[in-house]
Amino acid sequence: MDKKTFIKTLRSWQNGSITRRDFLGRTGLGLAAAVMAANMPGLLTSRAFAAEKGSMGDRVNLATWPNYHSPDNFAAFAEATGAKVQMNVFGSNEEMLAKLQAGGSGWDLFVPTNYTISTYVELGLIEPLDLARIPNFDPKAFEQRFMAQGTVDGKVYAVPKNWGTTGIVYDSSALKTPVDSWKQFWDLTKTSASGRTIVHDYQLTAIGNALKYFGYSFNSLDPKELADAEKLLIDCKPHLFAINSDIQPSMRSGDAWMAMCWTGDASQLHRDNPDMQFALGREGGELWSDFFAIPKGAEHRDAAYALINYLLDPAHNKLEVEAHGYPSGDKRVDALLPKEMLDDPIMYPAAELLSHLEFGAAATLTSPVRAELMARFKAA
Amino acid sequence: MRGDSPMNTAVNASPAGVAPALGLGRRITWLLLLPSTLWFLLLLLMPLLVILVFSFGERSSVGGYGGGFTLDNYLALGSRAGAFSNTLVLAPLGTLVCLLVAYPLAYFLAVKVRRNRSLLLTLVIVPFWTSFLIRTYAWIFILGGKGIPALLASLGLEGVRLINTPTAVLVGIVYGYLPLMVFPLYVSLEKLDKRLLEASGDLGASRFETFRRVTLPLSAPGMITGVMLVFILLMGEFLIPAILGGGKVFFVGNALVDLFLQSRNWPFGSALAMTLVALMLAIILVYLKLAARFGGASRDGVL
Repeated sequence: MDKKTFIKTLRSWQNGSITRRDFLGRTGLGLAAAVMAANMPGLLTSRAFAAEKGSMGDRVNLATWPNYHSPDNFAAFAEATGAKVQMNVFGSNEEMLAKLQAGGSGWDLFVPTNYTISTYVELGLIEPLDLARIPNFDPKAFEQRFMAQGTVDGKVYAVPKNWGTTGIVYDSSALKTPVDSWKQFWDLTKTSASGRTIVHDYQLTAIGNALKYFGYSFNSLDPKELADAEKLLIDCKPHLFAINSDIQPSMRSGDAWMAMCWTGDASQLHRDNPDMQFALGREGGELWSDFFAIPKGAEHRDAAYALINYLLDPAHNKLEVEAHGYPSGDKRVDALLPKEMLDDPIMYPAAELLSHLEFGAAATLTSPVRAELMARFKAA
Repeated sequence: MRGDSPMNTAVNASPAGVAPALGLGRRITWLLLLPSTLWFLLLLLMPLLVILVFSFGERSSVGGYGGGFTLDNYLALGSRAGAFSNTLVLAPLGTLVCLLVAYPLAYFLAVKVRRNRSLLLTLVIVPFWTSFLIRTYAWIFILGGKGIPALLASLGLEGVRLINTPTAVLVGIVYGYLPLMVFPLYVSLEKLDKRLLEASGDLGASRFETFRRVTLPLSAPGMITGVMLVFILLMGEFLIPAILGGGKVFFVGNALVDLFLQSRNWPFGSALAMTLVALMLAIILVYLKLAARFGGASRDGVL
């Protein structure tokens, strides 16, 4: 086959007039790739997929969070495996749980947060992962605390995706006093930042960070402590700009000056406007990690494993981190990141600040008392 | 029953005996009514019944409905008083503003416009071509700090806050529901016999008097229909307060969304929903009584 015919065949494949299989067959590339893959396994980076190609189907359904992936990686994955990533974006872990509990979600892969995994295991909604199928997952590369909650009863149900914190973002051009504690966050809300503060529409963080005002645990279920938090929330309600987890538009427009904020939102805001400062509460607050897990009865299980493995490849994971601004927790990925990113206090806060933070607990999320408290706060 | 007339014609035209044809006609009537009857039974009464049963139950430990019989859910309604008062103020107010804005427009379209009337009418529904969600999102930017407040600030009026206030929600309501008010008003004003207006003028009535004593009473059916349409929908509204109220202007609809999707307390949510339905029924009954007393002669086509 000469160059011209090859290009012509390539074009007709790109135009869709012949299939990929036809293209590989006509050009002999399919055979060449297969022979090469069989004889020189180290040569082709996508060798893991070559063998599975065709058997894994044409798609993988992923349930995840907004602004949390690199589209380029998905495109490259589809190119390498033939499986297109179909994304469902969610707003809260409660919604994810409700959807999976109701059955028929159709997901092959999803991104639960640390404190939900034991609940999923208890309800029999996820299955242990076959780590042999995720060779890019190297437990030694991750800090133990960021992967601990993926393991239940000695079985690995989920592998780490990213971790982060929940802190305070404020617009230093509008708010003259630097903020570094939850006490200040709520006090300023009632005074100089009145009408300019956003609180998450998420009971875990809204109530948890109100509890921190009094120095209580982020995960408290104590009735007296929760009553204090409720009083603070309801006192502050008239002074809030909004109760909304989507903080970026209002912070960017200057309508809001201060907000509860996850790491990635802070990275993205600070990147576009250096006046946007991020701080962790001195009293503590939340530390979290997100995981990849496969629901029981996933239809495209092979593709789900292939996608996890693809994204955990340090070179691919680096692209993810650069796109969304959440640290991966993987030493191999950190080694590839530019220095200014590793020095960024938003993404990698000082160890002494991190040491005060708490992981959310399973009981915190499912507590009906906290759910009703949040509902009363919103209806007040 | 406008639907009857073609059927009767068909029966009369039938060359066969009258008796069997009548039976056939009746059967066809029943057959045609079947879908709507099933619709009401399956999609209105059944869910209502389920909600009624749920409302006396208890929340199961993992959320959802857990059986049992208790009145606690109804006794706890006080904790949502804020949502009820917001809804009961902003829904009637929104309806009233819609009526006041829509009436002149409908009057203009039906009475004054001679040419291009259908084009202008189409323009009223043009907004429906875009998703309601997207149009309401657009108002976030119009009412946000870089929108109207910035414009007012450049004119010297500093510090105006619009987004996430009841005013913003009211603006969203009027924007979203205006066409629903315009059309019933337009239909009733368009039917209005213009010779009556001339006669009124010939008999010495001023233009205002003519409007008050002829036009307004004759357009009452349109007003009643429009008000009902808008008011009923507003009582269940949750999207506009959620988007333009920023979680601070809270309707009963928002409380329901929270109870069913976030705290997953279905029994309490059901009690709230039943209360809203009862409240709406009561208000509408009173409203129709009042409308019958003061609303003028024509009463067909109220809904």
